[in-house]
Amino acid sequence: MGPILEIENVSLQFGGVKALDNVSYHIEKGEIFSLIGPNGAGKTSMLNCISGLYQPTGGSIRYKGQEIINMKPYNRTTLGIARAFQNIALFAHMSVLDNLKLGRHTLMKSGALSGGLYIGKSSNEEIEHRKKVEEVIEFLELQDIRHTPVGTLPYGLQKRVEVGRALALGPELILLDEPMAGMNSTEKDLMARFILDMHEVMEITVVLIEHDLGIVMNLSDHIAVLDFGKRIGFGTPEEIQKNPDVIKAYIGEETFI
Amino acid sequence: MRECGNYKTTYRDDMKLFGTTGAKIKAIIIILTILALPLFASSYWVGLLTLCAIASVGAIGLNILTGLTGQISIGVGAFLGVGGYTSAILTSTAGISFWVALPIAGIVTALIGGLFGIPSLRLKGLYLAIATLAAQVIILFVISRWDGLTGGTAGMVLSRPTIGQFSLSSNTGYYYLCVIILLLTVLYATNLIRSRTGRAFLAVRDRDIAAQIMGINLFKYKVMAFAISSFFVGIAGALLAHYTMIVSPELYSFHVSIEYLAMILIGGLGSIFGSILGAVFITLLPVGLSSLIDVMAGIMPDLYQLFSAFKDFVFGAVIILFLIFEPGGLAHIWLNIKKYFRLWPFSY
Repeated sequence: MGPILEIENVSLQFGGVKALDNVSYHIEKGEIFSLIGPNGAGKTSMLNCISGLYQPTGGSIRYKGQEIINMKPYNRTTLGIARAFQNIALFAHMSVLDNLKLGRHTLMKSGALSGGLYIGKSSNEEIEHRKKVEEVIEFLELQDIRHTPVGTLPYGLQKRVEVGRALALGPELILLDEPMAGMNSTEKDLMARFILDMHEVMEITVVLIEHDLGIVMNLSDHIAVLDFGKRIGFGTPEEIQKNPDVIKAYIGEETFI
Repeated sequence: MRECGNYKTTYRDDMKLFGTTGAKIKAIIIILTILALPLFASSYWVGLLTLCAIASVGAIGLNILTGLTGQISIGVGAFLGVGGYTSAILTSTAGISFWVALPIAGIVTALIGGLFGIPSLRLKGLYLAIATLAAQVIILFVISRWDGLTGGTAGMVLSRPTIGQFSLSSNTGYYYLCVIILLLTVLYATNLIRSRTGRAFLAVRDRDIAAQIMGINLFKYKVMAFAISSFFVGIAGALLAHYTMIVSPELYSFHVSIEYLAMILIGGLGSIFGSILGAVFITLLPVGLSSLIDVMAGIMPDLYQLFSAFKDFVFGAVIILFLIFEPGGLAHIWLNIKKYFRLWPFSY
């Protein structure tokens, strides 16, 4: 299987700050790919470039061979790229069900007129997509809270709904920005299981940003390491663990007095 | 009303607006009451209720834009004017039937509303509010200066619509027309909220960045919200014009825009039912005040002179009090009352 996403010499500059500096790597179809690095290394900026919230100052991003660097964010969604945010970006006043249905926005068709009439095609469409959404609800074990407004849910569940909203799109590539941040070890295990299931059952390519290196090493097929916007490592978990630059960035240099 | 034992077995059942027999009966009773009101009320009160219904249509329109999509507009007054003048020009000058002119008035207002919605891509919050204020000023300027088309500051005279031989010139007949249009508006807006477009509106309001990642084209939906909202405001404007049977620039001043904003603030942002409550509240507020003053005049005769100042004072005070004590508006108060009685008398 060829690469689903190719990142080539991507640079991103905010004024004098180089958030990303000539970063290149590629993601194979059907793998779990992790992006790691110390705080402020540019991991989230990288995801923002992929999903289109930031416009890179140079380089190229190809999805299945197609250049997407100049595409609007909402058009990238239709290609099958979904995203879960680091700081929960759910619609707090809406129910879990409505949040997930919003994830399917691009797959639905009804407009303002047919939606307002809500008969025939439009209501059939709602039912058809409700079935798909219910599959995600079952997958992430959200059954008992489907009608609860998201804002009232505890943090761990909100994180899961956030992932669910990205999954509801039925994506080929899912970008998960720290899905396990702030969770205890039980919750982390549960989320790790969901990620593995996404990968194995749903055959989705997963891009993961995570700080828990134990989980990253266990889950990932390939890893890219960023530090101060530069790619300092790229390869399998074993290669990364032996990479001197990565060790230096994480632990610091050994100094002799 | 049965709260438990109410199990849904299909998604279609779960989507129904009136899921239980109790809810259906309640809806029918409410509709019958609204239709039967003119039988018991005097012509004066039927007139007031008609104004309430027309204001409700406009308030629902504004709530779709401000409450649901989060785009503040203070140009409602002018958009009412666009609806009113379109209908006036079509019926009086061009001699087209009211029944054709009414939807055209809505569509023309929707187009102009969509046009003034274009800045919403770049402008948010306060800045957008000022941009819509520009719409108010520009539209009113055009209306009062384009003498050949609009009759300038003198305004235009309209007539009540007819169905075949039957004229809706009585207050009762016109009341039924407005109430039916209000019911259709409520039905449309309720459905819109729970459909794809409505969810997109809410997403734009709550988190526009996440909405983009969901695949929502912000610009398209913002302009669409302006257009849909203006459509209903335009319909309300046309209905109002044919009710008062006159259009002139001062009827659509800045003050009207503020009144409509007050309606949805007091009623409840984003709530259809709240829009109606707010519209009724603001429409009946001066009536209530003047009857209160009638009663008080026996004790303090000087109150009559103070009345006009008093009205604005109460209007402002009510808005401030609602903002402080009940930001959810009348709709939220209503929900709280319902919640209280659901468990009454064992509310622990």
